[in-house]
Amino acid sequence: MRRALLMITITITIAISATSGMLVTPSSAASTTTIALVTHDSFAVSKKVLQAFTKETGIVVKLLPSGDAGAALNQVILTKSNPIGDVFFGVDNTFLSRALDADVFAKYAPRALSTVPDEYQLDPSHRLTPIDHGDVCINYDKQWFADKRLAVPTRLGDLTKPAYRGLLVVENPATSSPGLAFQLATIARYGNRGWRDYWTKLRANDVKVDDGWESAYEGDFTQGGNDGEYPLVVSYASSPPAAVYYAKPQPKTSPIGTMLDSCFRQVELAGVIKGTDHPAAARKLVDFMLTERFQADIPLQMFVFPVRDGTPLPAVFTKFAEVPDEPWSLPPARIGARRDAWIEQWTDTVLR
Amino acid sequence: MLAVAGLTVTYGGTTAVDGIDLDVGDGEIVCILGPSGSGKSTLLRAVAGLEPDARGGVSWDGDDLARVPPHRRGFGLMFQDHALFPHRDVQGNVAFGLRMQRLPGVEIEARTGDALALVGLAGFERRRISELSGGEQQRVALARALAAAPRLLMLDEPLGALDRALRERLVTELRALFVHLGLTTLFVTHDHDEAFALADRLVVMHDGRIEQVGTPAEVWQRPANAFVARFLGWNVTHAFSGADAAVRPEAVRVVDHSGVSGTVIARTFRRDHFLLAVRLDGDDDDSEVVHAEVSLDADRVPDVGERLALDVRPGDLLHFD
Amino acid sequence: MTTARLPRPVRIALVVVPVGFLAVFFAYPVLAIVGRGLVPQWSVDLDPLGDVVTDAALRHIAWFTIWQATLSTVLTLAVGLPGAYVLARCDFPGRRVVRALVTVPFVLPTVVVGSAFVALLGDGGPLGWLGLDQTLGAILVAHVFFNYAVVVRTVGSLWSHLDPRPEEAARMLGASRLRTFREVTLPALRPAIAAAGAVVFLFTFTSFGVILILGGPGTATLETEIYRQTAQLLNLPLAAALTVVQLVAIVLLLVLTSWIEGRQRVSLSLRAAGETARQPRTAGARLFVALNLALMALLVGVPLGVLVTRSFDTPSGFGLDFYRALGEVHAGSTLFVEPVHAIANSLEFAAAATLIAVVVGGCAAFTLASAHRRGLDALVSLPLGVSAVTVGFGFLISLDHPPFDLRGSWWLVPIAQALVAVPFVVRVMTPVLRAIDPRLRDAAATLGASPGRVWREVDLPIVARAALVAAGFAFAISLGEFGATVFIVRPDRPTLPVLVFRLLGQPGPSNFGGAMAASVILMAITALAILGIERFRAGTLGTF
Repeated sequence: MRRALLMITITITIAISATSGMLVTPSSAASTTTIALVTHDSFAVSKKVLQAFTKETGIVVKLLPSGDAGAALNQVILTKSNPIGDVFFGVDNTFLSRALDADVFAKYAPRALSTVPDEYQLDPSHRLTPIDHGDVCINYDKQWFADKRLAVPTRLGDLTKPAYRGLLVVENPATSSPGLAFQLATIARYGNRGWRDYWTKLRANDVKVDDGWESAYEGDFTQGGNDGEYPLVVSYASSPPAAVYYAKPQPKTSPIGTMLDSCFRQVELAGVIKGTDHPAAARKLVDFMLTERFQADIPLQMFVFPVRDGTPLPAVFTKFAEVPDEPWSLPPARIGARRDAWIEQWTDTVLR
Repeated sequence: MLAVAGLTVTYGGTTAVDGIDLDVGDGEIVCILGPSGSGKSTLLRAVAGLEPDARGGVSWDGDDLARVPPHRRGFGLMFQDHALFPHRDVQGNVAFGLRMQRLPGVEIEARTGDALALVGLAGFERRRISELSGGEQQRVALARALAAAPRLLMLDEPLGALDRALRERLVTELRALFVHLGLTTLFVTHDHDEAFALADRLVVMHDGRIEQVGTPAEVWQRPANAFVARFLGWNVTHAFSGADAAVRPEAVRVVDHSGVSGTVIARTFRRDHFLLAVRLDGDDDDSEVVHAEVSLDADRVPDVGERLALDVRPGDLLHFD
Repeated sequence: MTTARLPRPVRIALVVVPVGFLAVFFAYPVLAIVGRGLVPQWSVDLDPLGDVVTDAALRHIAWFTIWQATLSTVLTLAVGLPGAYVLARCDFPGRRVVRALVTVPFVLPTVVVGSAFVALLGDGGPLGWLGLDQTLGAILVAHVFFNYAVVVRTVGSLWSHLDPRPEEAARMLGASRLRTFREVTLPALRPAIAAAGAVVFLFTFTSFGVILILGGPGTATLETEIYRQTAQLLNLPLAAALTVVQLVAIVLLLVLTSWIEGRQRVSLSLRAAGETARQPRTAGARLFVALNLALMALLVGVPLGVLVTRSFDTPSGFGLDFYRALGEVHAGSTLFVEPVHAIANSLEFAAAATLIAVVVGGCAAFTLASAHRRGLDALVSLPLGVSAVTVGFGFLISLDHPPFDLRGSWWLVPIAQALVAVPFVVRVMTPVLRAIDPRLRDAAATLGASPGRVWREVDLPIVARAALVAAGFAFAISLGEFGATVFIVRPDRPTLPVLVFRLLGQPGPSNFGGAMAASVILMAITALAILGIERFRAGTLGTF
């Protein structure tokens, strides 16, 4: 009996001490502020670069990866009245209108914006700042096609031909940013009336659908390193250089090619979250993201291209990246207005 | 005819039935009589095939039934607490065995009606079990067993759950019914009134063994040993003859002259006589209690605590071999 | 037990506390959901609800939810009935242990079950070649795993009390074993089978964690769709409409089950359990028992065994690498906050949730034990039937502005978990409190004990024990709670189940290994909590 009472007391004590610990928010020390950077799971930056930032400004950056780009942005929107972080990185052109409509970002135009070409400045209201850009394209396994003596597909329309049956893996636009980008490419290419037919044909041609880029590229792509069986995958224009970069020893040419007709331009933006407790520190971080130091770090960390004009690119990029001059694109406002419907229609056409 | 040879049932460390040999002839009504724990129900269940621990021979008309499961033996069993199917009505219960025999519906209906009529429940087909009285439930259980026209009908304490008046009435009806149908019947009870009224032949059981076999008259008039005698209510004592002998209470008389002396320790009214329990004089740890009957017409009926003398006629004493 | 002797303010508090808690944290969010679904932007807009009815895809989701729940129920009953027989009617050494072991899956957190089956059926798992990952098949197997114990214990409990004599009577009348089972045993078991089936259907209908983890694009149910519409598509009106449909379905289900239970009112003669158990005799019977025991061992042991094994199966041989990794931050992982924090978070949240649940549930139990108030009883049980997803979603959309602005509060998660746990606390405590014989108090009083003394000597020991058992349940439930938590948890304060879910969503062996390790830790802590319960339980508490 006494033991029971003792246990109750212990439990209550633990609970109280635990909770009181939580109720007291850790006060920032006099010299260091800590801010939280909310991102998607694919965000990566060199530790050294972040440390340099801390050394320069005295601000410690805590990273909060929160799912994929869409989910992370949704988290920020859903917690609007009580922000979970101070800066958000990872709004791309497909989510731009959602982010702006939800009005979760504070206006801030870093001075370094002048170094960013106009084509990337997607937010005239300056609540979101472009940081990097990349193209979502279909990559192909050169060796595989050579072995099978099959001509590499060059146009989107080729993918529906029987010769390429069962060779393509794509990502679900509902759950994956490159997946959505590829769908948008087909919409840009075939228009509002034709893209569903295109996907019906793709489905009939045994296209595989994965939930995310990792499972598609690393799991199913023949060059993904994991016994994949699909030589065609929706990935990035930066995948060829990445393949070379990670190969040991580095080959002279990249084993991966890019189907330039399938590329859709993506721009990634960051912004100061409205209602943050540390607006000044947050702005400093956004500034930092446009500095050459950060921008030069981007290619080998996230395998996208810096927006800042004149940023030096690593050798693998200049040698092996194939970027189309005119990738497919759609106005962000139109994407914002129709994306949900388009995704539902895609799900209907391809999955059900 | 049923032949049981060397039937033994053991579970745990106890032997419930110990090497029983038993015959039931066609049309015979045999009763196994014994106190609780004597193994009689176990014996019945073993004959039915419901005791997996049974060893020994059970055969019908010479065919060994050792490998025959209960549902193929063609024996009927009426349970002590009727064990009716609560989710079916009377008709559903009584017709069950007939359905198992895959008889045509018309015949099932007819025989069900006949069985219910036999037990005096004609027209009860649609009643629910929960609506019936205890006696009616027992009759439905009997009808259920009878309807299937078993070659051997077994009953486990068939009237145990009923009150006395009902029991007395049913006993006569049952005997008449069984004789009329010519059924080979084997039943089990601890009540010797029931046994005597129903049976053609009695088998007295005790501790898994047979103590005596005989007609009711034989068993009643000449119990074979002390156990059977005591079970039937006889006194078993050596006080009157120096050796163990059985004598019925009604043969023990209270006398004025010398006899076996003792003190009345209890007196019970038994409608047409008083039954006295008398503790005989003797060593404290060896004193016996003898029952004597005193007629209501007697001059005086001894009280509890009184000392008196008892005597018997030598002819009323039964010595065991 | 009566509370009539307690002072009036206490009596009022005993009613107000649970009712108030449920009103604020359950009724209000649910109303908010209904409002959001039917009256977004202050005007009645039945479009989202209409969508649910007219849109083929959404109809399919609703239909699939029913379909998988039906299949799961039928499968679990089919597999569980023989098991119930073996545990109820067969006597063999180790029977009690087996019965306890069979219950283990039921109390496991859903993410642990999901992880175990991903480990078993997914790529790289021992049964990966079956190709069941992300299909209905995987979900069905996991559901059977989860709910086997419900059937075995509910039906088994009645079966062990059944009088074997009607069965013997049937055999005497010529029915074979199979026939007897069909004609006599099955009808007698019908109430228990119906009850077990109803419970399994309810649980699988609202199944969330398992389907989210094991399913694929084609296996969306109402629950997972609510989550998807909220977290990924930000379509709150549609999510709300779906929740309304879910609520209506569950209420109908609950009404239907209680109607069915009301109809089965055949009185059976019952025996004490244990009397009816027989040792298997024939070779056939022994084989049957052995097969079922093997099935139980496989069903319970294999998924959990694979989970534990794979948590140690690192690229560099068997070792604790994955566990160690949970305590570190390493390059290449996308988690820059040490995962081990999730363990601490979970424990803290669970402790707070237990405190709340026991207090609220205890008050409700006291009130219910003294006077049978149907309304309170039903109200307290509703969160149990309504899914955790509904609770989480309701919190998300209703508790983020005055009068109840709790979005930033640490207490949000414990409150949600407590809400899910309260019905269990009440279920555990009420019968115990009711069973306190008032004559004991009278006896104590006549022997000279003052009212306070009476309460200390008679009530408190019993109450304290029941409260501890309830606390153990609440702790285990809160620890494993996923459906509500995943909606409201903030990324800097993840719980263990959320962590496992996140890790499973990212490919790569280190993430997968981390998910396995975290699952095993979660399983171990839950097991400890359950063991704690078993030590304090006085006798059996019957069926759930």
